[in-house]
Amino acid sequence: MTHQLKKIDDYRWELPQSGAMNVPGMIYTSAALQKTKDINEPVQQVANVASLPGILKASLAMPDMHWGYGFPIGGVAAFDWENGVISPGGVGYDINCGVRLASTHLVEGDIKDRLEDLVNALYQNTPTGVGSTGSVTLSYSEEKKVLKQGSRWALRQGFGVDNDIERTEDSGCMPNADPDLISKRALERGKKQLGTLGSGNHFLEVGVVDEIFLPETARVFGLFEGQVTLMLHTGSRGFGYQVCDDFLAIMTKHVHKLGINLPDRQLACAMIQSDMGRRYYNAMACAANYAWANRQILLHQARETFQRALNISPRALGMNMVYDVCHNIAKKEEHVINGKKQTVCVHRKGATRSFPPGHQSICSEYRDTGQPVIIPGDMGTASYVMVGTEEAMDETFGSTCHGAGRVLSRKAAKKKSRGRAINRELEDKGILVRWTGRSTLAEEMPDAYKDISQVVDVVDGAGISKKVARLRPIAVVKG
Amino acid sequence: MNYKLIDHTADFGIHVFGLNPKDLFINAASAMFEQIAESEDKSWEKKHDIKISGADWPDLMVNWLRELLFLWSARQMLIKDIDISSITETGLAAVLAYDAYHPDNHILKSEIKAVTYHQIQVKESSTGWEAKIIFDV
Repeated sequence: MTHQLKKIDDYRWELPQSGAMNVPGMIYTSAALQKTKDINEPVQQVANVASLPGILKASLAMPDMHWGYGFPIGGVAAFDWENGVISPGGVGYDINCGVRLASTHLVEGDIKDRLEDLVNALYQNTPTGVGSTGSVTLSYSEEKKVLKQGSRWALRQGFGVDNDIERTEDSGCMPNADPDLISKRALERGKKQLGTLGSGNHFLEVGVVDEIFLPETARVFGLFEGQVTLMLHTGSRGFGYQVCDDFLAIMTKHVHKLGINLPDRQLACAMIQSDMGRRYYNAMACAANYAWANRQILLHQARETFQRALNISPRALGMNMVYDVCHNIAKKEEHVINGKKQTVCVHRKGATRSFPPGHQSICSEYRDTGQPVIIPGDMGTASYVMVGTEEAMDETFGSTCHGAGRVLSRKAAKKKSRGRAINRELEDKGILVRWTGRSTLAEEMPDAYKDISQVVDVVDGAGISKKVARLRPIAVVKG
Repeated sequence: MNYKLIDHTADFGIHVFGLNPKDLFINAASAMFEQIAESEDKSWEKKHDIKISGADWPDLMVNWLRELLFLWSARQMLIKDIDISSITETGLAAVLAYDAYHPDNHILKSEIKAVTYHQIQVKESSTGWEAKIIFDV
């Protein structure tokens, strides 16, 4: 079925309500982005999500949207907390996959001569690749503490400083986490993988602040032109995949109780106010907390690696957290809908929270600016730091895009890379890269992704987050 | 080759063929493990018994591959040979022969995070049986 989109302005296209849809769809995109690939499949998924019980206002998609399983990647949907559903497919397998950015006191010139040593050391000290196991060994009882405490657990073990936690979304912990709901299988997978990066699109990247768009906000975020930064992208690893899989298996068996015809089994869901719905929400929180602890440990290890490789003190390095955002999550939040304050469950699947200045969920340091939003691009181009806005609260349940979004399949990327040395091409652009998987580099080559600046220009133009700074990669470690 | 890769932007899948359900389920498992790793070693000795249940053919297929993927992801078992002793629309029993993963003997190709229900198909066709399965990678 081909859907007709109605253009509202240069950044918004509406999918009018029809058929089983309970609300319309709203797609943030541009004419140029729509030309890059066929959007019919993700648009169908936007329509499918709109048919789920209790969805409010609109089924939304961000400009980096692409075909997912069940919900589209780049999808945002809010459901009534009392009469709506929660869906594992609306969160994704990698629960609390997210991005963390840290600034430093260094400028590019300080590390230029030692960049190779630094990237080699980062590669060596960061467990990467398929099935990599971590430097942290957990007993089952200790693992349950991780699930309950999130970043705080990592801090208690000496991985990091207080400031790291304040600058993490939700302070690195969803308090509703209940480890007793977790299967033995998930615990078994989680035990060995804490402190690992994983494979695929996960990475650790040394960058340089290339351009500042909002000087005053950048200053508050601790960013200045020429500065060296560290970014890492990973999630809850096998633990989160298992939690998602466990609940999908149970929910597909019970979904007929909702009395609706699901267009796709992957949309399996449960009423939030049901035993099943509550169990998923509280188990998902465990995976979210695992992911925050994971990123906290990786940041700490990267800090130590920087100090050793460059032979400098913690003070001279000055590696401070800018922020940590999650982009695969479902959360209980308050939003104003048609002038009325409502409690909702916002699903962000490949979308980032973008809360405005003054919001009480943001740490005091950023209360006047809005929350930092971190948008990683492909490894050869750029990443962006943006800031949350009031428009996002009004329109998108406080959400914006999460990254570049793939444009080539992995197979197509491998084909396109044939006969090319992607690492050389990157090196010629001044980017050193180290990787584990045999086909990782080809699959993750810059050509495989949409142009990040086009994606960011849409959300900036629509006003659902504003550009603060652009970062240029100089060294990348991939799984 | 008794399967084709389905090429999708963010994920990939397999379109598998078999003479009958037993053949189809074995081919689907082999196809999945061909995507996970390559190995030179042919001396697998270890055996593992499993029983799987499902609501219908598609559900049984997802549960089957999901179980095998768990054995790989959590226990580093690379499945090499499968003997399905019984299979119906709602259950199967099988004996698996596997290699324990070792970096010297195996080359890992791709990480499969999960077997999805997305657009899942398992059906009888004019020439036998076929299935389409999408993986999250």
